[in-house]
Amino acid sequence: MTAKTAGGQAAAATPPDRDAQLEMLRAMHEIRFFEDACHRLFATGAVRGTTHLCQGQEAVAVGACHALRREDQMTCTYRGHGAVLAKGAPLDRSFGEILGKAPGLCGGKGGSMHLTDVEAGALGSFAIVGGHLPVSVGVGFAARYRGTDEVSICFFGDGSTNIGAFHESLNLAAVWRLPVLFVIENNLYGEYSPLSSTTPIEVLADRAASYGMPGIRIDGNDVLEVHATISEAAARARAGEGPTLIEAMTYRQKGHSRADPAKYRPEGELEAWLKRDPIVLHERALAEAGVPQERLDEIRAAAEQAVEEALERAQSWPDPDPETRLEHVYA
Amino acid sequence: MTVVTYRQAITRGIADALAADDDVFLFGEDVARAGGAFKTTDGIWERFGDERVLDTPISEQAIVGTAIGAAIRGLRPLAEVMFADFAAVCFDGIVNELAKYRYMTGGQVTCPVTIHMANGAGTGFAAQHSQPAENWFLNTPGLKIVVPGTAADAYGLMRAAVADDDPVLYFEHKGLFGRREELPDDAPIVPLGVAETVRAGEHCTVVATQLMRHRAVEAAELLEREGISVEVIDPRTLVPFDHDTVRASVERTNRLVVAQEGSAGGSWGGTLITALLQEGFELLDAPPLLVCSEETPVAYAAALEAAWLPSVERIADGIRRTVAY
Ligand SMILES: Cc1ncc(C[n+]2csc(CCOP(=O)(O)OP(=O)(O)O)c2C)c(N)n1
Ligand SMILES: [Mg+2]
Repeated sequence: MTAKTAGGQAAAATPPDRDAQLEMLRAMHEIRFFEDACHRLFATGAVRGTTHLCQGQEAVAVGACHALRREDQMTCTYRGHGAVLAKGAPLDRSFGEILGKAPGLCGGKGGSMHLTDVEAGALGSFAIVGGHLPVSVGVGFAARYRGTDEVSICFFGDGSTNIGAFHESLNLAAVWRLPVLFVIENNLYGEYSPLSSTTPIEVLADRAASYGMPGIRIDGNDVLEVHATISEAAARARAGEGPTLIEAMTYRQKGHSRADPAKYRPEGELEAWLKRDPIVLHERALAEAGVPQERLDEIRAAAEQAVEEALERAQSWPDPDPETRLEHVYA
Repeated sequence: MTVVTYRQAITRGIADALAADDDVFLFGEDVARAGGAFKTTDGIWERFGDERVLDTPISEQAIVGTAIGAAIRGLRPLAEVMFADFAAVCFDGIVNELAKYRYMTGGQVTCPVTIHMANGAGTGFAAQHSQPAENWFLNTPGLKIVVPGTAADAYGLMRAAVADDDPVLYFEHKGLFGRREELPDDAPIVPLGVAETVRAGEHCTVVATQLMRHRAVEAAELLEREGISVEVIDPRTLVPFDHDTVRASVERTNRLVVAQEGSAGGSWGGTLITALLQEGFELLDAPPLLVCSEETPVAYAAALEAAWLPSVERIADGIRRTVAY
């Protein structure tokens, strides 16, 4: 992948050790199994409305969130299950929310598109394209105002770089030099439209130049590259050097939402990207670095089991009491 | 006791809110060095400095979103959106994010955000700078709305808004900036959701806010000479609305007139009348009346704009007809 240099004075971060790399593998497996389960649950009618799944994009959420601290704060989109889990939300209460159960993360008031776990620093999932970018600026502002060195990380899609809030947010974060990491998950499509039909430039990271901040395009399916890039950008942010725009190239392996069969994809595109599946790539790298296959299989099996058990727990939970609809109401 | 303008009362409210709590910060377009497009933040930046008083780019979406993000991380943002009309540019942030954040997350966060904006017609700013925009937000649960009509309320409601743990839209009326009134040095905080009975009367209850409140009082004085005794109530807060005070008054007068700036559809006055018809139909001796603007944008020329705003005479006429019914 072409990469522009981030510049800045912050020291290069130390790469994650072997255990941390295995931990990232586990996290990606969990998200994959979680999303596969959501896909099935939607098909059976257990999930209402809609879902936007992120199979194929796990390395962006995991590489980024594992490069950050629990106190760092994250905002994301409706395609946010992966990011919320990567930030540390529990599997069972995340399922619980998507199934509309009382012990769900938001007590059943949010659902698939609004998973939030403030305790884990997952501040919110937003279903209005671009709606959370300005919020992430305020989160960065509060970090600096309160004298902490927390960073605000904001995930959004390629299509979101064409909405006005994107420009207002990058501009304000840059002019105030706030600790915000803007992460584009470029999965090549906004809904059913390929990026080339909606966007006159190819490299979205180039948009950073308009706001005088570094813009970097990286391989979003390489979890270690994501980790390294976010570590460096976070260090710059913590050092008071301002925001960064990171464009992580990736691919959503399923349709846009619900049961979208994604017929609009050119022939061979999915197959080519499946060969670059982020989990496959990371497993291969670990195997080449000497991790035995049995260990890799164990991690996968443990993740699958954890997801299955979490789902069973969540399915056994009660629906919310209708009276709770009047809680958290003030006007 | 000093005499201040409505504008100065707002400024004092903002300054006292900043002084009372270090988590409060003020930001918006030209609010710092310039002291605000309407000079409602005059001298605030000089007193509180760069960290707490910040000029922003012309980016209303970023302003509202920044307020939300800072609020959920423990601060108490006080944002200025210059003209209330510009709330249209950041409508998403206000109605989809700010209003719903606490609810949608099952109460994991609160949003103690105050957005203050200059509202209303009568000053020749034409169609895009004169709207009574408070009505746009009535159908969005999750927003408190205040509409001060006096210096004391401008001060006291600003303090209450900033201290509140949930979002408050604070609309100041452009036509009142220069009004002079006494404001005690230790002016009280005005609680949200409490109406003021401005003037007691027996024959008809008139409910009005901001510019219309003052016109309603003038109409009441005029009618007093004709032997009609009018009670004037200023709700001061539209959400939550003090229905109890209005109902208690109508229980005595058995007549209701609402004098409202702005057209009828989807307005607070229409909502109030609906509520009273449903809950208190038997109290009424005459049909309730909404004296309001016609369904047109606000025009520029003085003669056209004046005809759009309910005048003292139109309000008085409405009261006469209601009392004579
Ligand atoms: C303001 C707004 N416009 C349109 C939509 C409908 N919509 C939902 S997702 C989506 C595509 C967004 O594409 P992108 O930003 O690339 O994110 P992705 O779905 O690919 O993750 C659209 C248009 C919306 N939710 N909000
Ligand atoms: Mg996309």
